[in-house]
Amino acid sequence: MKLLVLVLNRTFWFFPTLLGLLVITFTISHVIPADPVAFVAGDNATTEQVEALRKQLGLDQPMHVQLYRYVLGVAQGDLGVSLYTLRPIAEDIASRLPATLELTLFAVLLSTLTGIPLGVLSAVHRNSVLDHVLRVFTVSGLAIASFWLAILLQLLFAMRLGWTPLQGRIDGFGPDTVTGFMIVDSLIAWDLESLGDALAHIVLPALTLTFPAMATIVRFTRAGVLDAINSNYVLYEQAMGFPRRAIVWKYVLRNALIGTVTQIGLIFGILIAGAVVVEAVFDWPGLGLYAVQSILQSDYNAIMGFTLASGALFIVINLLVDIIHGFIDPRESR
Amino acid sequence: MDTLRFLLRKLVEDRVALLGAVIIVALVLVAVLAPWMATHPEDVSEFHPQIRLQGPSAENFFGTDRMGSDIYSRILYGARITITIAVIAIGASVLIGVPIGLVAGWYHGWFSDALMRVSDVFLSVPQIVLAIAIAQTLGPSIENVILALSATYWPFWARLVYAETRSLKNEVFIEACIALGASPLRVMTLHVLPNIASSLIVRTTIGMGGTILTAAALGFLGLGPPAPSPEWGRMISESREFLPEAWWYATAPGLAIFLVVMGFNLFGDGLRDILDPRIRRSRRHDD
Repeated sequence: MKLLVLVLNRTFWFFPTLLGLLVITFTISHVIPADPVAFVAGDNATTEQVEALRKQLGLDQPMHVQLYRYVLGVAQGDLGVSLYTLRPIAEDIASRLPATLELTLFAVLLSTLTGIPLGVLSAVHRNSVLDHVLRVFTVSGLAIASFWLAILLQLLFAMRLGWTPLQGRIDGFGPDTVTGFMIVDSLIAWDLESLGDALAHIVLPALTLTFPAMATIVRFTRAGVLDAINSNYVLYEQAMGFPRRAIVWKYVLRNALIGTVTQIGLIFGILIAGAVVVEAVFDWPGLGLYAVQSILQSDYNAIMGFTLASGALFIVINLLVDIIHGFIDPRESR
Repeated sequence: MDTLRFLLRKLVEDRVALLGAVIIVALVLVAVLAPWMATHPEDVSEFHPQIRLQGPSAENFFGTDRMGSDIYSRILYGARITITIAVIAIGASVLIGVPIGLVAGWYHGWFSDALMRVSDVFLSVPQIVLAIAIAQTLGPSIENVILALSATYWPFWARLVYAETRSLKNEVFIEACIALGASPLRVMTLHVLPNIASSLIVRTTIGMGGTILTAAALGFLGLGPPAPSPEWGRMISESREFLPEAWWYATAPGLAIFLVVMGFNLFGDGLRDILDPRIRRSRRHDD
């Protein structure tokens, strides 16, 4: 019951949060000193043409009117048009979202599945060789600049060894679009050639993203397990003759994962953030590449669209994290 | 004083943490002594096109870049930029984030909710995106990178402190403090803060490293201090068109970032083991 209230409370906050984000990005993007309209119109445009375009884009209106119109549009799923291509931004984002989701989900899955068991092992076998090796590994993972790692991986596996493609998402057109996830689509079409190609393309960018994410998960799981393993209930369970294995993987892990689950939510943000740079290096046609291109073109409508879309995505993920948090930490929902 | 001596003794015992401390001290020394340690200090702004893209040699330890400048000397000067950005940006983030997290975690009600929602708004975008937007708006410079990072990183501390404070409030010793009539301010600063210090240290160290990484990413995207600044991220971005031949060009600045971030992470890791009383107790059992 308490959990339901929590969920409703969080859901209720979804729209104000989005509105807040909208106001922040709107403010930032409208302080841009350069005149985007003159930029879009080109060097040869006359003053009249620039003014006409300004009117067409609604940029001649006062700031609060522009904000009001924008909010109204967003409420109807309209993110405006790109200042650079004049294409609807919502469509651009929708077409690029699956690429980023596929890449980040792949990385989240990979890092969670490896990170949590390694973190527990590292804590249980504290100060063992394994713990020390993992320590070096996690410290390296958190210390490496993702764009540098991306370039090194490219240099080694694509340029020198030629094992993987240098960049891009797939060679040729790929399978018919059903979900937009290249791997899933090629499985649906049972196109094994495309599947192999898609996997070969995703492996380097995904590894680049996984390395730091996994390091974070190992680190927090280890810290959480170490905190939990010294509690009185563990002492009690040991005194009652519970097998060590059951104590660790059933009771300690559940308490330890509270910190980790919160981290996985934040990690998703780290990955989307990492994707901005990694997609730029690997020419991965997702939201990150779109954002970098928009920023270079001072296309602030597109930047706002991207910011809002990734914001909405992240808020939903945080909501899920809170719900899971409520499930595994009954104290939250008491 | 005793605490400090205890800390130093423990630090010497923990070799890994000591290594981190050594790297951090080395970074500071390099930044301060750059004019004397650099073999070609003038190369921060001078070009020698006739010796461009030379491999590492006795004359140029890490080779030369596309302008023929000495990469080793430029990396030494880059340390100054890195330290400035990281220390100021993190300092500001902690000063903003921790009080907000404490207050929001301690009190229940609309004000706490509002504070956390505001931090959620900031957390709802990837930090680098907001930082890119701000840095792009204000123009590429060190000051604007610092501003962009402080404005985007404080919610990490607010969220962490909030979550920890919330769960600490259920602890018996906190209830006891309240029952004894301690004021909220007293409980928060004397009882809650020390108990979340270890998490704060881990977060701040990762944050230190993370900030350096984001700053480098901004530089990589061309939003850091403008050319010919020896900012490490910018150097890596400049090197891309000369790969795979000029491998040293991308390697050296990347290694510098890696080493420095690793230094902060190792140091924080060690500090956590030393400072956390629960771990200190269990260590005694272990050893």
